[in-house]
Amino acid sequence: MAHNLLTEVYIFVLAVFVGFQLISKVPSVLHTPLMSATNAIHGIILVGAIALAATVHGALDVGISVAAVFLATLNVVGGYVVTDRILGMFKKKSAERPTE
Amino acid sequence: MDMLLQVGYLITAILFILGVMRLRSPATAKSGNLVAASGMAVAFIVTLIRYHSFSWLWIGLALVLGAVAGGYAARKVRMTAMPQMVALFNGMGGGAAALVSIGELHSEWIHGVSSAAASITALLTVLIGSISFTGSLLAFSKLQEWVRGRPITFPGQKIVNAVLLVIVLIFGVDMIVSGGIHALPLLALYILLSALTGLLLVLPIGGADMPVVISLLNALTGLAAAATGFLLSNNVLIIAGALVGASGTILTQQMSRAMNRPIHNIVFGAFGQIAPGAAGVEAGGGGVVQSATVDDVATMLAYSRSVVIVPGYGLAVARAQQEVRQLTEKLSERGVTVRFGIHPVAGRMPGHMNVLLAEAEVPYDQLYEMDAINPQFPQTDVVLVIGANDVTNPAARNQPSSPLYGMPILNVDQAKRVVVLKRGMSPGFAGIDNPLYTNPKTSMLFGDAKASLDHVIRALDEV
Repeated sequence: MAHNLLTEVYIFVLAVFVGFQLISKVPSVLHTPLMSATNAIHGIILVGAIALAATVHGALDVGISVAAVFLATLNVVGGYVVTDRILGMFKKKSAERPTE
Repeated sequence: MDMLLQVGYLITAILFILGVMRLRSPATAKSGNLVAASGMAVAFIVTLIRYHSFSWLWIGLALVLGAVAGGYAARKVRMTAMPQMVALFNGMGGGAAALVSIGELHSEWIHGVSSAAASITALLTVLIGSISFTGSLLAFSKLQEWVRGRPITFPGQKIVNAVLLVIVLIFGVDMIVSGGIHALPLLALYILLSALTGLLLVLPIGGADMPVVISLLNALTGLAAAATGFLLSNNVLIIAGALVGASGTILTQQMSRAMNRPIHNIVFGAFGQIAPGAAGVEAGGGGVVQSATVDDVATMLAYSRSVVIVPGYGLAVARAQQEVRQLTEKLSERGVTVRFGIHPVAGRMPGHMNVLLAEAEVPYDQLYEMDAINPQFPQTDVVLVIGANDVTNPAARNQPSSPLYGMPILNVDQAKRVVVLKRGMSPGFAGIDNPLYTNPKTSMLFGDAKASLDHVIRALDEV
């Protein structure tokens, strides 16, 4: 890990800058979906959980990796579905509403 | 194989960034979410191709159960309950990051291959991830009202937190120096204490401060994901974690600025502990409160050219979003321009009020953020304040003695007339008098917001 550490720190620092630039342009109207979307994005930990599951042996470690996969999947799927639902409600005035 | 993995992760990182870029406008946001989701799908697929030597039964079961539970909860949740849903999903992510690091560290210990650098990142992730996990679960329970939402404090709380953190750090250093499979009980204790720290941090934080706490926990989970990326030498985890960390940090800053409270004040000082008596002494000032009738309000609204509605969380508590939308439509039919002025903390999480109004089919082009609506107030005929209090308090602008002084507010007192819909004359959440109510321009319409709006809508037909 020490070998790549500096490159990884580069990546991290640059990504933080990109993140600050991108996120500061999101209007406050969209802050809730922004939060639930980024919430889903950190569910990317799922790939770490799967990688772990493939490399460990022994009941304890397998149990840990299975639990991690479960939590991460819940995070990913729940996060995207809920963001999609929220964003589906944002409509412009010009969009004709069905008459009630 | 590794080439495929790396290229796949690169595509994922690009799609994540493009997805977040599309979140800058409500018109493109929905597609942005899909772009980010497809990035996730790419990462998932290449990971499965590269790593497949796991128990398909167990992992498959975890995947299916997680997807079903997450999807079900996400479909069923009410929009008012969105803050606790987000807190819950956030906690799951933090918990997953902590588990992955625990598993990785344990497996390195078994094989006797752990390095100091790996131990540091692993233990850091366990600490942050566990705090995020239990902190989010407690925030969820508070918002769901399973646990008392008011701040829970006890004497010496800060000292207990500090001592706990020091113990955790000592354990951590010990494991970094002489880690190994023999240290397993210590690791278990470390996890337990980290989890306890998360609980103790959120315990003293009250309901109205939740927007800040949820943002902060979101940032922590992002950091935990990034730290796991360092541990596993996984670039996509680092990039995604950094994005989320940046987003959570920005939201935390904005929320605490909007509440006029530095972040350490929220985390380390329970709300409602503002020195009693500091507030309202001058504000009360013997002014006269004028109450209005429903017909007065309807007439005022009907004959104005531009109306700004200022909604607060009280609107959502009264479940009056539909009535607000109906009122908006009635007024629009009469040619009145109706806009909404939304304070950043009008809700239980950042942007919450916008979602609640969007759910009631208020078009998003009528929703204005504070900085956009404030210059408009002097040209506004009537401002309708519904279930909001402190965020309209002019003392924040002109009374240096007020605890709210310096807080950015909606300058509703600059409009020609103000109507405040309010249950009674009780002061706001922070217990601070609002001089707006005794302003000669202001009329109060007392009663439940939903019922009052309903009456105003009906009265409008007869104007």
